[in-house]
Amino acid sequence: MGDWKTITVPVLSSDSKDIFQYTSEKKISSSSMNSQVLRLPLPSSKSVHSFFSAFCTEENIEQSISYLNRELTTLGFPSIYAESKGKELNLISIINCMNDLLVLQHKNLRAQEEVEMQHLKLGSDMDHLQNCYAKLKEQLELSKREIVGLQERDRQLQSKNRNLHQLLKNEKDEVQKLQNIISSRATQYNHDMKRKEREYNKLKERLNQLVMNKKDKKIAMEVLNYVGRADGKRGAWRTDKTEARNEEEMYKVLLSDYQERQKQLLVENAELKKVLQQMKKEIISLLPPQKQKPKERSEDGTVLSDLEEDIGELNKENMWELSCETVREQLTNSIRKQWRMLKNHVEKLDSQVSRVHSEALNDKDVISREDHELETEKLELEIQQCKEMIKTQQQLLQQQLMSPCDDDTNLLLQDCYLLEERERLQEEWRLFRDQKKNFEKERRSFTEAAIRLGLERKAFEEDRGAWLKQQFLSMSTDYKHSENVTTPSSDQNNRLMKSTSQQRKPHYTLSRPVSAEPCQTPQYVTYNSSSAASKKPAGDSKIYQWQASDKEETE
Amino acid sequence: MNFSELLKLSGLLGRFSPDGKCLASCVQYRLVVRDASTLQPLQLYTCLDQIQYIEWSSDSLFILCAMYKRGIVQVWSLEQPDWHCKIDEGSAGLVASCWSPDGRHILNTTEFHLRITVWSLCTKSVSYIKYPKACQQGIAFTKDGRYMAVAERRDCKDFISIFVCNDWQLLRHFDTETQDLFGIEWSPNGCVLAVWDTCLEYKILLYSLDGRLLSTYRAYEWSLGIKSIAWSPSSQFLAIGSYDEKVRILNHVTWKKIIEFEHPATIANTKTIVYKEVEKSPSVETERLSFSPTRALASSLFSTESKYDISQVPVSLQYIKPVADRANPKMGIGMLAFSPDNCYLATKNDNIPNAVWIWDIKKLKLFVVLEQLCAIQSFQWDPRQPRLAVCTGNSKVYLWSPAGCVSVQVPAEGDFPIVSLSWHSSGDSLVLLSKDNFCVCYLEREEV
Repeated sequence: MGDWKTITVPVLSSDSKDIFQYTSEKKISSSSMNSQVLRLPLPSSKSVHSFFSAFCTEENIEQSISYLNRELTTLGFPSIYAESKGKELNLISIINCMNDLLVLQHKNLRAQEEVEMQHLKLGSDMDHLQNCYAKLKEQLELSKREIVGLQERDRQLQSKNRNLHQLLKNEKDEVQKLQNIISSRATQYNHDMKRKEREYNKLKERLNQLVMNKKDKKIAMEVLNYVGRADGKRGAWRTDKTEARNEEEMYKVLLSDYQERQKQLLVENAELKKVLQQMKKEIISLLPPQKQKPKERSEDGTVLSDLEEDIGELNKENMWELSCETVREQLTNSIRKQWRMLKNHVEKLDSQVSRVHSEALNDKDVISREDHELETEKLELEIQQCKEMIKTQQQLLQQQLMSPCDDDTNLLLQDCYLLEERERLQEEWRLFRDQKKNFEKERRSFTEAAIRLGLERKAFEEDRGAWLKQQFLSMSTDYKHSENVTTPSSDQNNRLMKSTSQQRKPHYTLSRPVSAEPCQTPQYVTYNSSSAASKKPAGDSKIYQWQASDKEETE
Repeated sequence: MNFSELLKLSGLLGRFSPDGKCLASCVQYRLVVRDASTLQPLQLYTCLDQIQYIEWSSDSLFILCAMYKRGIVQVWSLEQPDWHCKIDEGSAGLVASCWSPDGRHILNTTEFHLRITVWSLCTKSVSYIKYPKACQQGIAFTKDGRYMAVAERRDCKDFISIFVCNDWQLLRHFDTETQDLFGIEWSPNGCVLAVWDTCLEYKILLYSLDGRLLSTYRAYEWSLGIKSIAWSPSSQFLAIGSYDEKVRILNHVTWKKIIEFEHPATIANTKTIVYKEVEKSPSVETERLSFSPTRALASSLFSTESKYDISQVPVSLQYIKPVADRANPKMGIGMLAFSPDNCYLATKNDNIPNAVWIWDIKKLKLFVVLEQLCAIQSFQWDPRQPRLAVCTGNSKVYLWSPAGCVSVQVPAEGDFPIVSLSWHSSGDSLVLLSKDNFCVCYLEREEV
C-alpha cells in the first residue's frame, strides 16, 4: 500500500483530485461488510484522499481519465471508455472496475493482514529465537568456561600425578642408590678387613717365628710330679688304629643319637596314628547311616567300605603300625573324606536348624535352639538369683539365731517385739471398739426403728381397734353391755397376763436396759376398754391388749 | 634362707667346685678354698701375681689360677697341698686358660691368639693348635667331655677343628660358611655344633659331629644379627637372641624356626604375670638428720626392703634406645638361659634392662615378666629345678619359681652390690659376688 502510494503520488501531484475524492467517498460510503477493512486504511485513506485529491482537478479530467484507463487496462481491467479511444465513459465498466478494484483492495487488505500477521508471528518467532539463541549462547559460554576450568583442573591433577610419580621414582632411585652404597661399602669393608687380616697374619707368623726361634726356656712347665690320668689308664700312642677307633666312636655317638630320635619319633607317630584311628571311628559313629545318601555312597561308600575293610584287616593284623606310604596315605585320605562328610552333615543340620527356626515363629511346638538356650539361660539366672536370695536369707536367719549370745541385745529385741505386738494389739482393740460402737449405734437405730414401727403398729391397731370397737359397740350396745362389764376384769387379767407373757416374748433379743422399756409399759396398763380417749399408756395398753386379742383371734 | 657373712673377694672369682664340696675364692694373689657348707677355709694358696682367672678341674681335685700379666698358670691340688705346678708361657703371653674335660690338660691361649698350647699334667707332651680364632667362644667342649671343637681362621676363612679329647687327635676339619665366626657351642647331647656369625650378619650354621652341614638359618639381612644363643637341655631347641629384640627358637628335627618371641616395651597379654619390684617402706632422707652418717652406715641403716607386686596388664616397661652410632650397642637379647627341666626360658632384652622375661616353653608363650628397680646384672637357673636367681646390682637377691617370686635383702653391713651369682650344683646354695666381697646364701629345701 505504502509503495503504491509512494510511486503514484509524485507522478500525479495535483491532477484529478475530484475522481479520487469520489473514489474515496465511495470507499467511505460502502457497505458495512467492508467497514472493518476500510477502517484500517481509514487514516491512510484520508491522507490518500488528501493526496490524491491533487490527482484530478477540473482542468485535467480528461488526462486523469485517460490515465486511469491506461492504468486499468494495464492491470487487466476492461477499459472504462465506452469504446476504445473514445471520450465517453462506460459507467458499467467503471463500476465494475471500481468493484473489482474494491475486491482487489479487499483482497489486498486481507493479504496485507495476513502478511502482517505472519510478519508479527515471524517477528515473535524471531524474538523467541533470538532469546533462545541468546540463552544458548550464554549456555555455550558457560559450558565453555566450565570446560576450560575442568581442563585446567585436569592439567593440574596430571601435573600432580606426574610430580608424585617423579617423587616415587626419586625415592626408589634413592633407595636403590643407598642399597648400592651399602653393598659397595660392605665389599669395601670386607676387602679392607681381609687386607688387614692378611697383614695381621703376617705379623703373627713373624711373631710365631720369633717365639719359636728364641726357644725361650721360660716357656716351660714346672711340675712337682706328674699326675696320673683321671681315668687311671695310661696314655696311648697316636696311631691309625686310634684314629679309626676315634672315628668309630664318633659315628657310634651319632648313630645312638639318631636311633634315640627315631625311637621318639616312632612313639610319637604311633600315638598320633592311634589318635587318628580313634577320631576316624568317632567320626564314623557321628555320621548318619549311609543309606540316606545314595549318591555319596555310590561315590565314596564303596571306596570307603573297601578302605574300611582293608584298614579293618590291617587293624586286625596290626599292620598299620608299619609306616609304609600307602597305608599312611590311605589313613589320612579316609579321615579326610570322613571329615568332609561330617562337615557336610553338620552344615545340613545347621541349615535345617535355621529353617526350623524361621518356621518356629509360626509353630509353637517347635522351640528353636536359640530360644531354648535363651530360656535355659534365663532360668539359670533365675535359679542363681533365687539361690543367692536363699543364701542371704539364711545368713540373716543365722545372724538372728546366732546373735542371742548377747543378753542385752536379746532383751532389747524381745522388748522391741513386745512393743510391736502391743501396739498391734492396741490398734486392733481400737478397731474392735470402733466396730463395737458402730454396732451399738446400729442396734440403737434398729431398736428405734423397731420402736417406731411398733408405735406405728400400735397406732394402726388403735385405729383398727377403735374402728372395730365402734362397730362392736354399735353392735353390742343393745344387749350385751353388762356381760362385757363383768368378764373384762378377768379377761383383762388374763389378757394382761397374756399380753405380758407375750410381751416377754420379744421379737428380738435385746439387752436388758433396752428390753425393759416395752416391759415396763404394761405395768402402767389400766384396762379402759370403753374409753377411746385414754392416756397414752392406756392407749398403749390398749394396743397391746388388742394385740393380744388379735393374736387370740388369729390363734 | 640363711646368709653367710661377707667375705673378701677380688675379680669376681668365686666358684663352687663341681662336686659341690668346696668353694674357691681369691683375694688378689691368694686363693682360699673353703668348705661349701661351713665356709671354713680348708686351704690357702699363694700365687705369684694377681690372679685373673680360676677354674676347677672337672674332678674337683685341682684348681688352676691364671695370671695373664705374667703369663703364668699355677695349678694347685686339693688332695696334696704341697703339690705345685707352674706353667710359664713366657714371651708368648697368655690371654686365656682353661681345663680340658678330663681335668688333666690345660689349654692356654697365647697372646694375639697365636696358638693354643695343650699342656698335659700326666705326660710331658705339649700340643699346639695353630691359628685359633680370636673370638668370644672359640673353644667348645661337649658335655660328656669327649670332643672339643676349636674355631680357626686361616687365609681369611673360618674353619672348625674337632678333636678327640682323649688323645687330642684331630677328628674333623672343615670350613664354615661364615663371614667372621663369632662363636661355637655344642648341643647338650654332643651331636650338633652350632656356629654363628658376627653380629653384622645373621647366620647360624648347624654342623653334625662328623662335620656335615645340617642346616643354615638366616632370619634377615643387613641389620645387626645374633647376640646370644642357648641350647635347651634336651637339645630339642636352639634359642637365638638377636639385636632386633627377638628370640627365635629352632627345633632339632627340621632346624626351622618354630616360634619368635618378641620383647615389646608394652605387655598387653592378660595371661602374663608381671611382678614389679616395689619398695616396701620409703627411705629416710639423710639430709634431715643432724649428723651425717657415712655412706656405708647410711645404706645399711636405711636400706629399703622391697617386695613384689603383681601389676595389672597392660604394663609398659622402661625402654631405652641406645645411641645409634656406637659399636656393640646395648640392644637386643643379651642373656638367654633355659631352665634345667626344659620348661622355661629366661631372657633379657638389653633395650629394657630392668626386666627379666620368662617364657613357658611347653606353651611357647610369655609366662612371667619380672620388672626390677635396677638394671639386671645377671641371672642363673638353679641346676636342679626351675628356679631363677636374679641380681640387679643392689644388695638383694631375687628368686623366682613358678610358685612365686621373692626378694631377699642380704643382711650385710655396708654396701654389697651384687653383680654376679652362681648356684651350687645341688641347688641348695648360691654364691653372690660383688666387686670386693662375696656371700653365700643357703636355701632351705621348701623355699620358694
